[in-house]
Parts: sequence; C-alpha cells; structure tokens
Amino acid sequence: MISKRPATVLGFIAAGALALTACGSDNNTATPGANNTAAPAPTATTPVECGGKKSLVAEGSSAQKGAIEAFVAAYGAKCSGQQLAYTPSGSGAGVKQFNAGIVDIGGSDSPLNKDKGEVEAAAKRCQGNPAWNLPLVFGPVGIAYKLDGVTSLTVTPELTAKIFSGAVTKWNDPAVAAVNSGATLPDKAITVIYRGDESGTTDNFQKYLKAAGKGAWTKDAGKKFNGGVGQGAQGSAGVADAIGAGDGTIGYIEWSYVQDKKLSAAKLDSGSGAVELGAEGAAAAIKSAKVKGEGNDLVLDLDSLYASNTAGAYPLVLATYEIVCSKGYDADTTKAVKAFLNVAATDGQGALAEAGYVPLPNEFQAKLLGAIKAIA
Amino acid sequence: MSDSDTVGRPGAPGLARGPRGGAAPDTAPEAPISTPQGSGGSPVQPPKVITRPGDKIFKALTVGSGVFVVAMIALIGIFLLIQAIPSLADNQANFLFGRDWDADPQGGLAFGVLDLLLVTVFSAVFALIIAMPISLGIALFLTQYAPRRLARPFAYLVDLLAAVPSIIYGLWGAYVLAPALSPISTWLNEHLGFIPLFATGTSNLAIGQTIFTAGIVLAVMLLPIITAISREVFDRTPPMQIEGALALGATKWEVVRTTVLPFGRAGYISASMLGLGRALGETIAVLIILSSTTSHFGFSLFDGGDTIASKIARAAQEFNDPRGAGAYIAAGLVLFVLTFVVNAFARSIISGHKEYE
Repeated sequence: MISKRPATVLGFIAAGALALTACGSDNNTATPGANNTAAPAPTATTPVECGGKKSLVAEGSSAQKGAIEAFVAAYGAKCSGQQLAYTPSGSGAGVKQFNAGIVDIGGSDSPLNKDKGEVEAAAKRCQGNPAWNLPLVFGPVGIAYKLDGVTSLTVTPELTAKIFSGAVTKWNDPAVAAVNSGATLPDKAITVIYRGDESGTTDNFQKYLKAAGKGAWTKDAGKKFNGGVGQGAQGSAGVADAIGAGDGTIGYIEWSYVQDKKLSAAKLDSGSGAVELGAEGAAAAIKSAKVKGEGNDLVLDLDSLYASNTAGAYPLVLATYEIVCSKGYDADTTKAVKAFLNVAATDGQGALAEAGYVPLPNEFQAKLLGAIKAIA
Repeated sequence: MSDSDTVGRPGAPGLARGPRGGAAPDTAPEAPISTPQGSGGSPVQPPKVITRPGDKIFKALTVGSGVFVVAMIALIGIFLLIQAIPSLADNQANFLFGRDWDADPQGGLAFGVLDLLLVTVFSAVFALIIAMPISLGIALFLTQYAPRRLARPFAYLVDLLAAVPSIIYGLWGAYVLAPALSPISTWLNEHLGFIPLFATGTSNLAIGQTIFTAGIVLAVMLLPIITAISREVFDRTPPMQIEGALALGATKWEVVRTTVLPFGRAGYISASMLGLGRALGETIAVLIILSSTTSHFGFSLFDGGDTIASKIARAAQEFNDPRGAGAYIAAGLVLFVLTFVVNAFARSIISGHKEYE
C-alpha cells in the first residue's frame, strides 16, 4: 500500500503515531473488571475533500443503522450541506439495490457472494471495475440472560452452542456449573429466546457457534435460527424485551440493546479467560482479524476471528460491510463517497461506543483509510 | 361509524326486507306501497321512463364501481396465483399438509402451510369464543336495556375501539396484558394442565407471548365489529312484536328471548363471521405478541407459533428472492381462500334467513 500522495503518507504517519498513544491509554483502562464501555476511538485524521453529489443514497443492513446515523451526523458537521440517506431494509436489499445502480453505497452483513453472482453483478454496476467490501461497522453481540439471583455468568462457546441447540436445558446443569464455579445456579429451565425474523445477527451468531463451538453446534448457519429450541421474538428489541420479561431466559442481541434494556450479559471465555461484553474486548478481537480479500477488498476471515482465543478478546462480533465501487462512479459521486467514508472512518468514530458499536482499532482504521483513498 | 357501515352492508338486505314483509305480509308482491320507513328512499317512479344526463352519469359511476371491485378481487387472486405457482412447483414438501416451513431457496424450498393454518384458525376461533358472548351482551344492553341518553355515547365508545390502530393493540398486548395474564395462565396450566388446551406449550408463561394472550387481544379487536352490526340488527326488531310480547305479559328477558334474539340471530352470526374474517387476517398485533417457535403446534393455548399473516409479515423485510417470496405468497393465497370461505359462509347464513323466524 504505497501511495504517491503526500497526504496519505501524512495520514499514515499520524495514524501510526496515534496508534502508539492509543496503546498507551489501552493499558491504563484495560484493568480487569473495569467498566469497559469507553473504548478509545481512533484519532487519526485524514484530509476530507468535501463536495460532489449533495445527497448520497445508501441502503442495506439494519444492524449498522445506528452507526450510519452517527456517521451522517459527523458528515453533515464536517461538510455542511452534504448528506446521506440510509434505508435499513436488510442486507439482501442493500446488495440488490447497489448492484442495480440505485444506491451509491450498499450496506451488508456479509460480503458480496461469488456463488450467487453478486460479485459479477457488482462489477458490471461499477463499469467493469471490482466492488470492494469495506468492513466499517463492528458491533459485539451479547449473550444476554435473566436469572434471578445470578449476577455474573460466564459461558464458553461450546456451552453456548449446547444451550442454543437444546443439549443443556437446565441452569444447574453440570456444564454450566463447570465454567461458573462458586455461583449458586437455580434448578430452573433455560428459556432460549431467538430472533423470530430472519436476521444477520442470527447468521453471525450461528457462524460463531459453528466456528468456535468445538463441534457442539451441529446445525447450519443462516439467517434463520436453526437451534430447534426456545421461542422467537420479533426484532432485536423484541428479543431484549422477552429476555427481560422472563426468568431463566437467555438470548443473543446486539450490544446496544443490552445497554438500552439494562440486561445482564454473560462473559465469554474462549479459552484464555472470561471477557466482558464491550467495545474493548471486541476491538481486541478485530485487531487480530485477518483479511482474506485481495488488496483493498477487505473481506474478513470470520472463521479465524470467531475461533480465535486471544486473551482479552471478545470474538463474538458482528461485522458489517459498506459495499462501494473501486472505480466507475461519476466524478461527483466519487468525491462525495470518499468524503463520507473518510468522515465515517475518522470523525464518525467518536460517537460509536454510545450507539453500541466498536470504534475501529487504529491498525484497522489505517487499512480502511488506505482503501478509501484508493477509490478513484 | 364508517367501519360499521361498510361491514354492516351484508346484513342490510335481509333486514330491510324484514319489517316491510312484516307490515304487509299478504298483499300482492308488486303492489306499489310507499314505505313510511323510507329505508331505500327510492323516488316515486312515473309511468313513462324519462332519463336525464344525471341518470346516465350516476348509472355509469355505480356500474363502474361495481366492476372495479370485482376486477380488483380477481386481480388480487390472479396476482397471488401467478407469484405462488413457480414456488409451489419447486416445493419439495407437501404444501397443504406439511408442517415445516423452509422458504430459503438455497438448499431447496420445502414449505408446508398446515401449522400456520392451524395456529391462524385456532387463535381466531379462540378470540371469537370470547368476543361473541360479550358483544351480544353489549348489543343487547345498548338496544334493550340502556336508557336512550346513555346508549348513544356508549355506542360511540364501543365504535371507538375499532378506530384504535392494531399496532396499539399489539403493544398493549405485549407490554401490558402479557405480564398481567401471566399469573392466570400459570394457574390454568398448573391446575388444568391435563386438558390439552391448557397443556404446557412452547412459549414461556412468564413472558406471556402465547396464543392465549394473542387471542384475548384479538377478542377485544373483534368486539366493536360484532357489536356494531348486532346493535343495528337488534335495533330493527319490529316494535309491534316487542309490544305484542309485552302485552302478553312477557318480562324484559322474555321479550329479548322471544322476539329480539330470534329476529337478530342471523345478523348476529354473520357479524361474528365477519369478525372471524378480521381475526384470521390480523397481522401486526399478532406479530408483536406471539412468539415464534421451531416446534410443531400442539393445540395448546400456551403455544407460540405464527399465523399465516404474521409469518408473511415477519419475512417481508427480507423478500429478496422471488422464489422465497413466492412461498409466502402461496401461504397468503391460502389465507385469501380461507377468508373467502368464511365470508361466503356468513353470507349463506344471511340468505338462508331471508325472513325472521
């Protein structure tokens, strides 16, 4: 990633320098048991060239809606008069509308799928240039529970897979007790709450169980919950409400809903200690994520991310992509898309933790800024 | 009121004829009696036929409206069929008797509508069983017992229930009623659990997202519909009959039993059937209240599940693939036919009771 533009080099130096300082502050705040809602936002800046198309259109995943809203606010502040309209109609719709040339940016929970012909369709839409998947928005998924008398719960990926597939049905099952030594677990049935509608959260959760569950998850991944137990609720809010209304309930929801509904979330022990749900653990996991895409197509290798057992990392993370053309927009749109993405990757990061997302780790931000720069 | 007007239509022909037939039962059928009730308000026809431009325009408008509504229904039916057929052809499960729903085109469609249909009918019938007696009571109170001054505002109040958007009912059901019903359903489950109806279902009773809760909310939604039509019907009981019964020494209850109820029975039943049609198709309230499940429906009130309408609504946001969407549209076709059958049944009851007994 050698760029001829001095601004890029400057940006990289700044990012690098700030990465060091960020690491320093990391060490200060990452004391175990600390309330880790305040993850450091990356502070690298990049020169943003405002202008171009006045109002961009984007559509796609509802999981990244809150983050996009934060980005749009930052974009409007940085480039007055510029805006972006985001329709959270689902990942499938986002890809479809992007490939049809209706929206400028597509949002999706999964990268373009070659088998479905999405890669070719996207290349066609970009006048013969490849489209890039830029993982811009990350959100940890919490395993929220409500169990009277139990205030701290730890689960392993394997145990989670067993609970969500019906192999463990009681809270005082030896499998639960094994990872929660010392806790008094009641003799209550476990009520699993899942997303009744199709959702990218379910898809990622099941992928996670498959990758990290050490074989305990024998079902398929997919947008529909395949565990075969429990009861479904409508939307993340519905799942959160159902968990809160019951006793002995457990379910998976985005971090922001855990915060909003004041639910307890289980700590995740991937093999090197229990990690609390929060931006820090998730950022640590993202930092070690491998990119399997080529060049600036930053498709993440989720299997390796999910299966990782880095100490202090919370690998149950929902990664959502912005799908953009590497080339092939008209000049006005290119300028605006680049400006928006640049603002999103820099100024927009500050408000993310409040909205339940993970601010980008500096290493990753540098990769993204490089890719954004390369859009022509 | 507009609601009760439109749904009140089917009851009207039979009823309008009732009092007229009662007033002149033995005259020649075509005798031009001008009815003092003025129910039709038809102008007196002179012997020679004069047509003015107004007649032509009005006729064209009414015929146009009639054709429009028929064409509309036909087009909806055709749309459903066209969209559903490719998916039905690809379906690897038995559509009508299959109990599992897999409308993901990857790996092959295999969807059966039976469980959805059962939950739809079960919850709607449960709602109807609750709503019918209550509506009957309200309608009788309003027409026979309530003082006139009270009846009017009270009737408005009941009609107002129909004006509440169903999403409000859904929220109320999920956030207020469900936790409130939890002790009742737990008690029923503990003490009457041996009856399949109250057996432990797939939905957690503490959360309360059961067919029990959904059915009660649906019942409240049906009240205004059934009450409004029944009220109109009972109101038209010929006063002479009531007075006759009173003259024979009947008490209030005997008057209701011998004149009002027999006269209004057909209208009341057809009102209930129209309510049933509404309950079958109710979407958003059910969607919010009812938990979905991966198990089969076990005929318990404490099961979760999905009705046809709520299943479609749950999936509608992610209709990306025409074949997957086609599966849901096929289910919609079943609902369409079901409501048609229910309405036809309601109509047959009305037409079978042209004159009161």
